[in-house]
Amino acid sequence: MPIHRERYRRREGGIDLAGRAWMVIAANGLRTLARKRAFLFLMILAWMPVVVRGVQIWAAANVPGMSEMGMLAVTPRMFRDFLNQQDPMTFFITVYVGSGLIADDIRAKALQLYLSRPVTRSQYIAGKAAILMSALAAITWLPALLLLLLVPAFMGSMAFVRDNLLLIPSISAYSIIKITLSTFIILALSSLSNSRWFVAVMYAGLAFFTHAVYGVIAGVGDSTMFSWVSLFSNVHQVGDVLFRVPPRYDTPPIVSALVIAIAIAISAFVLSRRIRAIEVVT
Amino acid sequence: MSDSVAILDRVGVRYGTQWALSDVSAVFPAGAVGLLGPNGAGKSTMLKALLGLIKPDSGRIGVLDLDVAVAPLDIRARVGYMPESDAQIPGMTAVSFVAYCAELSGLPAADAMQRAHEVLYYVGLGEARYRNVETYSTGMKQRIKLAQALVHDPDLLLLDEPTNGMDPKGREEMLALVRDIAYSRHISLILSSHVMPDVESVCDAVVVMNRGKVVMQGPIASLKKPTGHIFEVRVKGNRAAFVERLRMQAFECRETDADEFRVLVPATAGPEQLFASAAQVGAQVRHLKQSVPTLEDVFAEAMGEQ
Repeated sequence: MPIHRERYRRREGGIDLAGRAWMVIAANGLRTLARKRAFLFLMILAWMPVVVRGVQIWAAANVPGMSEMGMLAVTPRMFRDFLNQQDPMTFFITVYVGSGLIADDIRAKALQLYLSRPVTRSQYIAGKAAILMSALAAITWLPALLLLLLVPAFMGSMAFVRDNLLLIPSISAYSIIKITLSTFIILALSSLSNSRWFVAVMYAGLAFFTHAVYGVIAGVGDSTMFSWVSLFSNVHQVGDVLFRVPPRYDTPPIVSALVIAIAIAISAFVLSRRIRAIEVVT
Repeated sequence: MSDSVAILDRVGVRYGTQWALSDVSAVFPAGAVGLLGPNGAGKSTMLKALLGLIKPDSGRIGVLDLDVAVAPLDIRARVGYMPESDAQIPGMTAVSFVAYCAELSGLPAADAMQRAHEVLYYVGLGEARYRNVETYSTGMKQRIKLAQALVHDPDLLLLDEPTNGMDPKGREEMLALVRDIAYSRHISLILSSHVMPDVESVCDAVVVMNRGKVVMQGPIASLKKPTGHIFEVRVKGNRAAFVERLRMQAFECRETDADEFRVLVPATAGPEQLFASAAQVGAQVRHLKQSVPTLEDVFAEAMGEQ
């Protein structure tokens, strides 16, 4: 008797379709990432500045005269500087994690497996986005808030937090803008190709090319008015406003915010067009 | 539930300017139904429309008594789909892949893992369930596609060319599995294929498609009821002229793999007309044997009518 006659049984339990498909996708993606050494290595690298900043906070609280040294003083600006300091690692983790999120599924023709189940296109995109957003939040938003908690812990006083309560929404908003922009752009690029390497090159090209163009314009015109051309400079410009420090470019912050919103909207449009269970060749 | 598992009512699907399905009306009864047609007939498009993956430009589709336009997610929760092309989720072992598919279908994690093990044993991949799916052979990939379609215990299975690329032994085993699913486990299925013996060996009923239209549908047994006599014929001499002569008399002629051909002679005529026609073109009938109709005859007749 074939073995299959002994093993198969009809299932009697219920199913849960309460829109949790995106969580299943995200949880599976994060489990897969956690098993990759390269990812763990990148995460360790990304947390080194956190340790350094932690030492800085400890020193400011315990070493006499340290808080008077401008660069090492614990100020609201330090948190913005820390988040900007994470930019290289944000870039590398975005490329490492994000480039294959959809491209690998397109290569393996997996989209039809997802979408032939009770999974909507929005849930699929949300699940994939949640993987990268979680990884990026773990190196930006989470450590920044942790550092904020270290201040009263090392100083023995809530005075800094009380005087800078707006830091919590500032850190959160700045992190969300950074993470959302990076996530949407890499996912859109990932949906355009079946090669994660091509996606990585495209993303790097987009980041560096737009910044190079801005650099040339700024050099020729001797003005930073065109910083909006550089995609990720817009994030810095908006970040300065959120942390209530003088904006570093002449571009009106509202323009930078608009460019970010347009980039996210275009990425969402690309995703809505590309995430389909069928590939139509006409 | 009604006796049918899927109904298409005047459905049209267009890719650009090309109609992939044109005014298609079909009823798929419960049980095993074959969806037969040459490549490009619109079979895969129909399966995807049944899942709600393609929105029809016209008409209505009902699956398991639900309207595809209204409740596509409820339908997909109760339907298992085995795609034609190789499809897997990269970087996963077979058991984690199938369990993941079960979770995506709404099963709790523990239940999904248990079902994954059971279904992998069922499709004959029990020993290979901890291997990466990407290292599987073609036959194993077909089996794992069946496993992922089956893992949430659907009420209806849509199988798109399930024996594609399999060797004869693997093909037989796959067909045995499909038969078992339909007749022992009582899961209705629609088997899309261009291989007629596969459909004939598994299915009770068939929907025949060509160029985006349904050209014939019904129980295979009744479709095979002869409207005349089928003869296997071999001739010596001017074979082409003989065939031409028969066709002029509205006899259906179909080539076979051997040097014979099959002739459908209307009930009002008899074999003597074959001899007469041969004599008229100077050919000799060397072999004449009455045969039983096959699904291929039905298919050829349907294509001929088109």
